[in-house]
Amino acid sequence: MTISKWLGGLLSNWGVNDSWSTFILYLIGSAVLGTVALLFTLLFIWAERKIIGRLQDRYGPNRVGPWGIFQSVADMVKIFIKEHIIPSGVDPGPYHLAPIIVVASVLMVLAIVPLSTTLLGSDLNVAVLFLLAVGGLGEVGIIMAGWGSNNKYALLSAFRASAQMISYEIPMAIVLLTIVILSGSMSMNDIVLAQDIPFIILLPLGALIFFIASIAENGRAPFDLAEAESELVAGFNIEYSGLKFGMFYVADFLRAFISAVIFSTLFLGGWRGPGAESIPALGIVYLIIKSLLVWFLGVWIRGSLPRYRIDQMMKINWKFLTPLAILLLVVVMLAGKLVESAGSTIQAFTLIGLNLILLAISMWILRKNETRVEIIEVGSRDRPVARPDNILTKNPRGG
Amino acid sequence: MLNQWLYIGIFVVISVFLPGVAILLARILSPKKPNAIKNSVYECGVETFDKTWIQFRIQYYLYALVFLIFDVETVFLFPFAVAYNQVPLFMVMEAIIFIAILMGGFLYIWRKGALTWR
Repeated sequence: MTISKWLGGLLSNWGVNDSWSTFILYLIGSAVLGTVALLFTLLFIWAERKIIGRLQDRYGPNRVGPWGIFQSVADMVKIFIKEHIIPSGVDPGPYHLAPIIVVASVLMVLAIVPLSTTLLGSDLNVAVLFLLAVGGLGEVGIIMAGWGSNNKYALLSAFRASAQMISYEIPMAIVLLTIVILSGSMSMNDIVLAQDIPFIILLPLGALIFFIASIAENGRAPFDLAEAESELVAGFNIEYSGLKFGMFYVADFLRAFISAVIFSTLFLGGWRGPGAESIPALGIVYLIIKSLLVWFLGVWIRGSLPRYRIDQMMKINWKFLTPLAILLLVVVMLAGKLVESAGSTIQAFTLIGLNLILLAISMWILRKNETRVEIIEVGSRDRPVARPDNILTKNPRGG
Repeated sequence: MLNQWLYIGIFVVISVFLPGVAILLARILSPKKPNAIKNSVYECGVETFDKTWIQFRIQYYLYALVFLIFDVETVFLFPFAVAYNQVPLFMVMEAIIFIAILMGGFLYIWRKGALTWR
């Protein structure tokens, strides 16, 4: 990167020795990346509110600035100067540390994402393990928030959230394993470089499992059990106010985007695209465009699907996604070895074919186990209530 | 290689530092007018009853246990996955047997009903 070279030159001209200038460069780089990510969250919050508003036939924020674009800035200023109410009887250590840890766990993921050919934070050779470990840190933050707040709703919500998050980490980790098998390395940059054909084409089923798991991991609708308003009021952050609550809020919205970044790095080829090798800046643009697409898909799902019950959610994970992911892993492992000598084209087609067959089988199993819910109408014999023309009501008398 | 870890270390410090400083600043800027009612534990209109830190359901513990087994399994399989391109078919079969044994355990848990939320 030219800027880092220029800065390095500047520092060595000032007589700073080499290792110190590396240190300073890293410090500046990470500070800039972290701050930019946190500031961009304001934009994401606005965009998400606006998109969900439009999806649900509302205007969304539309007062402050053009299209309400400064709404989240105004919110931030307001939340910044609100009083921090610390309820009596909290456990001070966990209570005060939790928002910091939750935000940190989200930000840390950015350290391993390769942004373009030359601009990559850290080309760690165990980046995939780092990803899983940092994912676990978020759970620690949430458990601390729930435990520290001395509130039953918060505690219950924290248990639920952590049960959900650790459950959905399993299919995620197994799909990551499949990716590591295909790319032969745990470094994020090597995974990107291995994607001459993006992995979403080679592993459509894996991508689907990973996407569902990452939505659940973020605790977003339809998997937002942790903040089910009707049962748990607000979730694990109920006793937080002021900027401490704001931090949970920021972490939530930022995590949605960062998991989209991870998805596009792992499955959509990251920074790769036409001309990205020669012009590094294009790589960042490609990465952001891909991530925005994935992020939009997540917001769309959030805006359209109702929430699952907790037993349904656990069932989907343990009795469907996990066995399917393990089956996929075994199939990829076997297929890769059996057609190893056949050349890369045939290998690719075998993988795609096997994925689609698995997908078809799993869809068939799902369809077989589907329980059709009949919609019961409320009405009387003399005054039948206007029946919605629902295709699910086969019985003309309803019920 | 050490440089990569240095970057991770700096990033960890920065990502703890940024929200920490923001909260500290907000703490200084914000008004402080606590009173007993305001500081009471949130409950739906009534005073909260008994302790919060009580025994929790065994269900969560079971899920955590199953999670642990699977997580350790994946961690064991990661080195194998990295070396996948160099290993012969025989070793792949061994890995599959390893997974199959774990799946036996998974089936046992499933049949026992530990995966059903009650």
